[in-house]
Amino acid sequence: MSALLELRGVRAAHGRITVLHGVSLSVAAGEVVALLGPNGAGKTTILRVAAGVHPAESGRLLLGGRDVTGARPGDLARAGVCLIPEGRGVFPNLSVRDNLLMMTFAGRTRAEIEEIAFTRFPVLAGRAGQTAGTLSGGEQQMLALARGLATDPAVLLLDELSMGLAPLVVGRLYEQVAEIARQGVAVLVVEQFAAAVLGIADRAAVLVRGRIERQGDPGDGLRAELSALYLGSAT
Amino acid sequence: MASLEVEGVTVSYGGNLALDGVGFAAERGRVTGLIGPNGAGKSTLFDVVSGLRRPSSGRVLLDGRDVTRMGPARRARRGLARTFQRLEPFGRLSVRDNLLVAAELGPARRHPGRVADGIVHRLGLAEVAGAPADTLPTGVARLVEVGRALAVRPALLLLDEPAAGQDAAETRRFAELLRALAGDGVAVVLVEHDMGLVMSVCDEVHVLDLGKVIAVGPPEAIRTDETVLAAYLGES
Amino acid sequence: MEQFLAFGIVGLSTAAIYAVIGSGLVLTYVTTGVFNFAHGAAGMLAAFAYWQLSAGWGWPVPVALAVVLLVLAPAFGLFVERVLLRPVQHLGEVERMVMMVALLSGLIAAARWIWNPNEARPLPVFFADRAPLRAGPVTITWHQALTMAVAVVAAVGLWALLNRTRTGAEMRATVDDRALAGLTGADPVRANRVAWILGTQLAAAGGILIAPAVALDARQLSLLIVSAYTAAIFGRLRSLPLTFLGAVVVGCLESYLTGYLPQNAYLPGLRLAAPALLLFAALLLFPHRRLRGRDRRLAPVPAPSARGALVFAASVAALGAVLATVLQGKDLITLGPLLPLGIVALSYVPLAGYAGQISLCQLSMAGIGAVVWAHLGAGGQPWALVVAVLVSALVGALVALPALRLSGVYLALGTAAFTVVLDRWIFTLPSFDVLGVRISMFDQGSLEVSGPSLLGLRLDGERELMVLSAVCLALVSLGVAVLRRGRFGRRLIALRDSEAAYATLGGNLLAARVAVFALAAGIAGFGGALYGMQLRTITAEQFSLVAGLPIFLIAVIGGLGYVGNGLFSGTAFVGPNILLGLASWTQNVVAVLPALAGMGLGHSPDGLVPRLRREWEPVARDRVVLPAVLCVLALAWLLRIADAVNGWLLLAGALAGALALRGWAAARRGAAAEPEIPVEWWGVRRPWRAEDGEVLARGIARG
Repeated sequence: MSALLELRGVRAAHGRITVLHGVSLSVAAGEVVALLGPNGAGKTTILRVAAGVHPAESGRLLLGGRDVTGARPGDLARAGVCLIPEGRGVFPNLSVRDNLLMMTFAGRTRAEIEEIAFTRFPVLAGRAGQTAGTLSGGEQQMLALARGLATDPAVLLLDELSMGLAPLVVGRLYEQVAEIARQGVAVLVVEQFAAAVLGIADRAAVLVRGRIERQGDPGDGLRAELSALYLGSAT
Repeated sequence: MASLEVEGVTVSYGGNLALDGVGFAAERGRVTGLIGPNGAGKSTLFDVVSGLRRPSSGRVLLDGRDVTRMGPARRARRGLARTFQRLEPFGRLSVRDNLLVAAELGPARRHPGRVADGIVHRLGLAEVAGAPADTLPTGVARLVEVGRALAVRPALLLLDEPAAGQDAAETRRFAELLRALAGDGVAVVLVEHDMGLVMSVCDEVHVLDLGKVIAVGPPEAIRTDETVLAAYLGES
Repeated sequence: MEQFLAFGIVGLSTAAIYAVIGSGLVLTYVTTGVFNFAHGAAGMLAAFAYWQLSAGWGWPVPVALAVVLLVLAPAFGLFVERVLLRPVQHLGEVERMVMMVALLSGLIAAARWIWNPNEARPLPVFFADRAPLRAGPVTITWHQALTMAVAVVAAVGLWALLNRTRTGAEMRATVDDRALAGLTGADPVRANRVAWILGTQLAAAGGILIAPAVALDARQLSLLIVSAYTAAIFGRLRSLPLTFLGAVVVGCLESYLTGYLPQNAYLPGLRLAAPALLLFAALLLFPHRRLRGRDRRLAPVPAPSARGALVFAASVAALGAVLATVLQGKDLITLGPLLPLGIVALSYVPLAGYAGQISLCQLSMAGIGAVVWAHLGAGGQPWALVVAVLVSALVGALVALPALRLSGVYLALGTAAFTVVLDRWIFTLPSFDVLGVRISMFDQGSLEVSGPSLLGLRLDGERELMVLSAVCLALVSLGVAVLRRGRFGRRLIALRDSEAAYATLGGNLLAARVAVFALAAGIAGFGGALYGMQLRTITAEQFSLVAGLPIFLIAVIGGLGYVGNGLFSGTAFVGPNILLGLASWTQNVVAVLPALAGMGLGHSPDGLVPRLRREWEPVARDRVVLPAVLCVLALAWLLRIADAVNGWLLLAGALAGALALRGWAAARRGAAAEPEIPVEWWGVRRPWRAEDGEVLARGIARG
């Protein structure tokens, strides 16, 4: 499988503090890669670099083999990179319908997008006129995820989809993510709750202090390793 | 006797329950850990205890007295001090002035200069004492916030991720500081993601997940607790 | 009943204009996050332009209208977006607001320059030749009908744009979450541009419609906006339907007050002040959501050293003595207000610089100080000066109490509304009694003011007052320096930097805020009393909102965190007035200067005072050059006293000498420069210096 999204030796910093020390990571079309690790490891920064929101100090970003290092977020969005940021992937003061309208930049018409979103998440149809900020957390994430469905992205970047949501809701959201991947989208998921995403992930990468410590099958050894990382327990 | 008691506190944002009937307690002379995955409600609980957020139900007691309806300043005068996860320094003031403002508001207001200098020395901030707080790296700025909280001579100290951005040696020194504070009779509550620190300094650890307390116990028990691990991994 | 209906129609047609203007305000605010203080001024400019084209040059009405609404207004909107706002976009809310205040002040000055205010410019109503429409007891003129139709079209059009088009959704999405809007391929700059074009067009339409009903006067038209502000605040600056409702409330209120307010010496002003009162009330009653995101960077507030403060105060006093001996005749009168207005400007340092409270009513507080002194201090009793300060401080505290709920733009609006209430109503009142105390304002005209008696001396000449003002500015500057170094100053800065931290440490936000308002008002009142002494005759006009805006602008440009700002602002504001003696046209240039300077804010957001300080520091620290400078200045002064040179030559000579010596000092310092220490070691390998923060900030801004 050839990589659709690839980061090569990416270093990035917040002010004077380096948070990524040369991260290399690739995601192929149709593949779901889970990016795990403790808080402050730099997971979100990787996604932000991949979406062009955060500048990389060095290293390269490739999209479908093309070097897109330094491209602006809007251009990457039109090129098919879809980032759904943590906890706020929607415009809270816009109605559900207007949020969907904002997804028309990729070519689909408003009617097509509403059709896709409402078929996939029927609950949203009933709330079409409501402002997004008044939806429940799960519904907001559905609306955010609808962008990943309706704009036909090549790459989907998801940040902490499960934040503050009940496990049952999280499970259903990840089913949709798996469905998106099946359509040939490269999906990179940052998730603190490993269990939620490991069920659908093809590979897992563990990030510790800005370095990728382990990459490969989401096998049994992973649980013990994460347990050590999260709780400091002996393995 | 308990210094802080929280009973059945519930807080909701929009339709979501950030805290769902949380009970919590911290005693003088002990370091109490409060851990849990992101979004579990730890900082919200700190906001409720320090008076920045009113719970929709439940009570907060300081030394047995109900302070649920009191504002943050009155609680502070009863001996409560805190730091913030999202830093809240007095950015344009120098480090020493940050400590002075706090010392002048605290019970030792007669000799604020002496208090401030003492803390500068104790936390090893002498080199940056004259620098404006918003020019500091995050790790040092967190330490300044800890110092500011110490300057009001608190009986109850809430620390929200104070060690983020510190290296191993600094974390070790910080752990010693926390033990020393507990030794002085302060009730220390620690929210921290560095589990090594939590496990080494805490007398007791409370685990929060999705707004509920899912485990309470000594560190050794918590680190091997299957429920806690399941919560961190998101296994339902 | 017929009368009631007639006033209702007038009210509704006024309301329609307020609605048009107010909706433009809401549109620019929701899409760009900028509260456009100059919105009314843009309408004013459009009205003048329309008059110029149609009445002035005789163009046909439709052509003139088309040119103004379709060419000039959009061009102006684009100019504001591109030239004025983009440089300050990355700065805070306050900087953007200052830019708009500068624009307001500048447009008024420019319009008065281009169109001589003493000339009458009647503007006919539209369809004046057609007979009014009659429906039963109701009569509607065609102009009124047109106005209401424009409002309806604007309402429907805006609603459709915002709710039915992708562009509208983009505009609202940009405000909601700029970063996320970028991720959805939206172009924030385009959304901003559309908003500024449409907003300016709406302001222009409103200005042209309302101009026939009132005189074509730059100040009056610009401030009509207060009513439209009120309407917009009803809509909480985001809801168009509520803005229209607010417009109806304000329009009808004004109309019915005109019709039914009892005839009485105290009440005519109330009608004029009603929109401002309503604005104040609306600000307090409606909860306001601030736009998200904190101010990214606050300007530094360095603590002056004790020695530095003393040297500065001594220099200010010396400057007063020099001015008093050097100036003569008209120049002495022209520059008289320099030092007193410096004190008024200095009141912004603790209030806005330290505590971050943007108040536009400081000159009104000065007016109160002046009025109290004029009435009580006629005999020169020094205690009256103390009373003047105390009364101003008390009024300041009274303003602060309701204003505590407000911050940022809302606080600026609230204090501006308060100032308008004073201008239009309170200051125009005849004397009245409250609880047995006789209270007099400007006695409905002007007041005579005399100087004080101090230590058995009657200080009433210009020279004596100049020295007195200098000593007072020196003392107040010293006082502010002490404040900054002391407990209260630290607390003010702390509560501005983090309210949450201040409160959770046990600090009382309310007490500190009321105290700083009172303190600043007291300082302003003190400056106002001195200002009055210099002017000798004072009128309410001299303390109005429009008169106060340039002082605020200059203070911001000087740098609100600096004690030296008093002297700087006084000099920069009043100093250019000596040019007035040269040619009459300079008056207009001088009037536009503060606004132009304010628009340059983006280039040195931390203010000019620290820059001047940086440039002159080598001189002050040099053991050879400093005495040389002082000698040159002393020599120049002696020559002038001996009447060997005239004032202009003295000024030019002293400036040239000082600049040359500054260059020399800089060269000497460069030769003895210390080895470079890398940035990250500042404060570690060498002590942290006061100027380091600025150097870093500038470096970061460049990078």
